[in-house]
Amino acid sequence: MAKPEPHEPLVRLRNVSKHFGDGETRVDALKEVSLEVFPREVVALLGPSGSGKTTLLNAIGCILEPSSGWMQLDGDVVYEGRWLRSDLRRLRLDKIGFIFQFHNLLPFLDATDNVAVVPSLAGASAAAARRRAVELLDYLEVGHRKSAFPAKLSGGEAQRVAIARALANRPRIILADEPTAALDSKRAGIVMDLLRKLAVEQDAAIIAVTHDEKIFDRFDRIFHLRDGRLDQTAPGQPE
Amino acid sequence: MNLAYRDVRHSLGRFLLTCAGLGLLLGVVLAMIGIYRGLVIEALTIARAPAVDLWVVEAGTRGPFAEASRIPGDTREAIARVGGVAQTGSVTYQTVETEHMARKLRLYVIGYEPGRLGGPPRLVAGRGLARSHYELVADRSAGLVLGDRVQLGREVFTVIGLTEQQVNSGGDPAVYISLLDAQKLQFDMAPPAARQQLARGTARTSLDTVNAVVARLLPNATPDDVAEAVRRWKHLAAITQEGQESILTQSLVDRARRQIGLFTSLLLVVSAVIIALIIYTMTMEKLKQIATLKLIGAPDRTIIGMIVQQALALGLIGFTIGATLILNVKDYFPRRVVLEPDNVLVLAAIVFLVCLLSSGLGVRAALRADPATALGG
Repeated sequence: MAKPEPHEPLVRLRNVSKHFGDGETRVDALKEVSLEVFPREVVALLGPSGSGKTTLLNAIGCILEPSSGWMQLDGDVVYEGRWLRSDLRRLRLDKIGFIFQFHNLLPFLDATDNVAVVPSLAGASAAAARRRAVELLDYLEVGHRKSAFPAKLSGGEAQRVAIARALANRPRIILADEPTAALDSKRAGIVMDLLRKLAVEQDAAIIAVTHDEKIFDRFDRIFHLRDGRLDQTAPGQPE
Repeated sequence: MNLAYRDVRHSLGRFLLTCAGLGLLLGVVLAMIGIYRGLVIEALTIARAPAVDLWVVEAGTRGPFAEASRIPGDTREAIARVGGVAQTGSVTYQTVETEHMARKLRLYVIGYEPGRLGGPPRLVAGRGLARSHYELVADRSAGLVLGDRVQLGREVFTVIGLTEQQVNSGGDPAVYISLLDAQKLQFDMAPPAARQQLARGTARTSLDTVNAVVARLLPNATPDDVAEAVRRWKHLAAITQEGQESILTQSLVDRARRQIGLFTSLLLVVSAVIIALIIYTMTMEKLKQIATLKLIGAPDRTIIGMIVQQALALGLIGFTIGATLILNVKDYFPRRVVLEPDNVLVLAAIVFLVCLLSSGLGVRAALRADPATALGG
C-alpha cells in the first residue's frame, strides 16, 4: 500500500450505496455516495435524522459493510463490492481515530490510561503507551488532569481526553460523531479550533457529523445528506 | 494493560460485595457437603470404634445397628474358639433419654467388658472403666465433664473418662458403661413388671443377653471365611466389618444421605445459575464500553480476557470467602461438618468450571455487541 501524496485524498468513496432489507421492506440508507476528503481538511456531514449520516460514518469507519461501491482509506483500497481487508479491526486501530458525542471514555481508567489503551492495543509497551498518552494530554492542555477518572472530568476536559485517545495511534483519518453536541458554544468553539489545529499539525482529514449550527463556519466543506444522497454546500450555507 | 483488573479496582466495593454474596452461597454449598460427609462418618463412627473384623449377631438379622439383635451372653466364648479368631468382646447398644442439670440428654449407651473388645477407642480426658459398676465414659458432645453424675435407668453413674467425636448415626453422643450395667439397664424389668410376670408364671428373662459379639481375627485369617464358619456351625449371623459399614451407609443413613446429596446438587445448580447471571449482568452493564473498545480496535481476545478474568476472580474470591467462613463456623453446628481437603478442592474445581462456562454467556453477548452502537446512532 502506497502512502498517498499530500494532494491526494485520504478518504475516497465512489458510488457507495447501502441498503437494509429487501423487497417491500428495503430501505436505501446511502445512494451512490461519492466523496473525497483531503489531508488537513475538516468537513461536516449534515442532514436530518435518518438521512444516512451515521450509516456513512459507520461505512467509512469500517464497521458497516456497504452494499456496493468502492472505498479507499489512507491510500489503501479497503472495499470494492466486498471488504478487501480481513482484519478491519486492525485497520481501525491503525488508520482511524474516533471521537464520540458523549466522549465514551472507559469509566474505570484514568485519563492517561484512557488514551494509553489505544497504543497498548496496537502492541506498544505500557511505558511507551503512557508516554504517548501524557504527551497528547499535555498537547491538548489537559495534562494536569491526567490522573482523573472520567467521572471527575468536566465535559470539555472529557472531550479533550477523547480527542487525545483518537490521536493516540497517529491516525490520518478522524471520524467525529457530533463532537460538540454535549458542549456549550464556547467549549464547542474551542474543540473545533482544536480539531482544525490537529488536522493541520497531524496532516489528517477530519469528518464530523454535526447538527450544531454554531460551528458550521469552522468547516472547510459541508456535505448535506438527504435521503441517502450527498450534496456539497459552502460553509456557512448549510441549507 | 489489564482491563479486568482496572475495572475491578475501580468498583472494588461493589465487586467485593458481589463476591461476599457469592461466598455466602458457596459457604452453604460447602456446609451441605460437610454435613453430608459428617452424616456418613458419624454413621460409621460407632461401628469403627472397636476396630474389629467381624460382627456376630442374631441369626436372620443385620444387627446390631440396622436391626435388633439379641444373643446369649456366652456366645462370646463360643466365637473365641472359632479358628482364625484372635480376640472377642460382647457389646450392647441402646439409646437412653435422661435428664442432667435440668436439661434433656439423649445418649447412645454402649456396654462392653472392660479389658475386652468394644470399648472407647481413645480417651481425651480421665481414665477408662476400672470398676465393674456405675462408671461411665462419655463423649464430649454430651456436655458432661469428669465427675458429673448421671442417672441411667435406676442407677446413678459417675463420669470418669471422656472421648471425642463418638456419636451414633442419629448424632446422639455415645457413653460407655460396663456390660453388666448395660445388660441391667437394657434387659432388667422394673420391679412391678417383674412381679406381674412372676405372678403370670412366666420364667424370668435371663439378663445375660448381648446385642452382638465382635471379633478381631488373626493376621492370616480371612473375614469372609471366618464369617462363613460362624454362620455354618454356630447358627448365627456374621457380618464382616466391610459388610457392616455397607449396611450402615446404604441402609441406615441412605435416605438422609440421598436427601442431603440431592439438596447439595440443587444448591450447586442454583449457584451455577446465580454465577452465570452475575457475570452476564456484569457484562451487559459494560456493553457500551465493550462496543467502544471494539470500535477503537480492541481484539476479541482482549474483551474475552476481560470477562473471563473477572468471572474467575469472582469465583476465586467468592469461594475463598465461603470456605473461610465455613471452616471457621463448622464446629458450631449441632452435628459434625466434615470438610476434607478433597471436598474443598472438588468444589473449587466445580466453581472454576462453572465460572468458565458462565462467562461463556457474557462472552457471547460481548462478541455480539455491535461497535456501531458506540457511535450512538
